Amino acid sequence: MSFQSFTFYAFAAILVIAALRVVTTRNPVHAALWLVLSFFSAAGIWILLEAEFLAIALVLVYVGAVMVLFLFVVMMLDVNFEGLRQHFRSYLPVAAVVGVLVLFEMALVIIGSRVGSAVTAPPSPTGSNTSALGRLLYVEYVYPFEIAAVVLLVAIVAAIALTHRKRRAVKHQDPSRQVKVRAADRVRLVRLPSEHPPG
Amino acid sequence: MPSWGEVTLAHYLVLGAILFAISMAGIFLNRRNVIIMLMAIELMLLAVNLNFIAFSRYLGDMAGQVFVFFILTIAAAESAIGLAILVLLFRNSGSIDVEKFDELKG
Repeated sequence: MSFQSFTFYAFAAILVIAALRVVTTRNPVHAALWLVLSFFSAAGIWILLEAEFLAIALVLVYVGAVMVLFLFVVMMLDVNFEGLRQHFRSYLPVAAVVGVLVLFEMALVIIGSRVGSAVTAPPSPTGSNTSALGRLLYVEYVYPFEIAAVVLLVAIVAAIALTHRKRRAVKHQDPSRQVKVRAADRVRLVRLPSEHPPG
Repeated sequence: MPSWGEVTLAHYLVLGAILFAISMAGIFLNRRNVIIMLMAIELMLLAVNLNFIAFSRYLGDMAGQVFVFFILTIAAAESAIGLAILVLLFRNSGSIDVEKFDELKG
């Protein structure tokens, strides 16, 4: 067994175990952490496939950002997770049947066709994976790239607009009203005669 | 049939299929917990991305990796909006139980 296949089997085993724990664990915080582990091992497999840039991006974007978002939400919400798991065992047979069925169909397609093992990997492309991907992304796929940027912007605006709420009890300043105010609204000049005449 | 010695394309495809089946079973297992369902969807996307990258490597075509890049982008946006909706649901109903979200039912 070569080093490559040993690495593949090690990462694959960790990935499958972590994925199983994600869907079966009791505590959602643990599920998020198992998901982090599965992303890490998937990144290892992607490096094995010589997709270095995407592997690093997976670790940075998913482990660094998306999973932290998940953890924030899990810890922010005060959810009774035990109540949600009451029917866990009754769902088990259906889930097992569906999972095995999906796996069986896919394995039938993969193993039945000669595509899988007949294809040998072409020699590794020379040069950096990042520069090759960047050349493709900024030349051939530049419009989809721009659209992806717009989608991200829309996601930011939508997420903030959905979760933003006005708090009544908190005192805050309204800058537009502050700017619009004039001296006449705040200061009243009153002419008063002096009470005692000088002398 | 994939053999045990050399890692072929079929190995990666079978791994992706196993991952996809696990996450599909996970959605059925956690039918009431929206957070775990979102995590299972992330796992599904990971399995799809694994297939894309494996094909990209074994067919020598970089376009597969570009697609993985776009899938990662869309998945990040999707999970951000999904979690925002989840927070909103929890604020309004005090629960994240899917079975309780039946206000639109006549």
